[in-house]
Amino acid sequence: MSASSDGVIAPGTPVPEFSLRREDGSEFTRADLEGRRTVLVFYPFAFSPVCTDQLNLYEEILPELSAQGATLYGVSCDASFSQTAFRERLGVSIEQLSDFEPKGEACRTFGVYHPGGFPQRALVIIGPDGVVSWSYEADSPGVLPGANLIFDGLAASA
Amino acid sequence: MAALGSAPVPPPSDEDHIRGPSGSPTVIEYADFECPYCAALAARLAALQVRRVFRHFPVRSSHPRAWPAACAAEAAGRQGRFWEMHDALFADQGRLEDPHLWRSAQRLGLDVERFEADRRSEAVQARVRRDFQTGVRAGVVTTPTVFARGAMHAGRIDAQTLARLRRLGW
Repeated sequence: MSASSDGVIAPGTPVPEFSLRREDGSEFTRADLEGRRTVLVFYPFAFSPVCTDQLNLYEEILPELSAQGATLYGVSCDASFSQTAFRERLGVSIEQLSDFEPKGEACRTFGVYHPGGFPQRALVIIGPDGVVSWSYEADSPGVLPGANLIFDGLAASA
Repeated sequence: MAALGSAPVPPPSDEDHIRGPSGSPTVIEYADFECPYCAALAARLAALQVRRVFRHFPVRSSHPRAWPAACAAEAAGRQGRFWEMHDALFADQGRLEDPHLWRSAQRLGLDVERFEADRRSEAVQARVRRDFQTGVRAGVVTTPTVFARGAMHAGRIDAQTLARLRRLGW
């Protein structure tokens, strides 16, 4: 896990203003975080093998997440059309948020933009108050964080 | 306590499906019946003197028939034939649709009506789900994942990997 000040946004930090694009083209901003618990799953590339396994696995734990009042989103720098194609190809329901243009700007805000031009594989939990309550960055983009970590994060920030 | 927070992999219990000599090294597998690497691992383990503990880890969007197959194995287990169904499912992974499951049940001499009711029952679904949840809590992210001698190995296990793991005391 990377805990450096350059890495993923730290717990206790109010989420700065940012803008992502939903699959329907509408904007997803800081205001959309308020009043509920949000889990942002930053993943490097649509259609890549580890990202495929990750979304497939997380799809299975959505009922337990929902029981905890948490909503999970997938975030990447792919265009919305690519994200939707990816989601439909997998057959998962996890809503996708695109950081395509200006590319990586929201990822930079969350401290997860990789110099290679894609998001680090990272998890960020944000409380109903818009403050980061837990965050995690995988040792490398090729490592798939277990779904148990999300629940550890929710428990730590409850 | 969060529902699926980290927890050690549960040790083998009466609730588990276990086969192999009781004095042998124990291997706990998290697997699904549609996963080709799981079938290969099952064949490799069958040739060894190990005590196998099988747990379900079906991920539906990866393997759409993994969940019904897991429930079929559990339903067969209710008639005392879990391992026979396990072997039948792994032996023919290209045929996991409902008619194939019924045919396997017939071949094993099961009461097919009871098998059909059991595999769709809430109790069987909950049993499969429970295995999956223990895997999630132990950090399983892919199949097959095996635990032996306190160590976890995730993903494909080819002959060389298995030989290496055996040298480590499996």
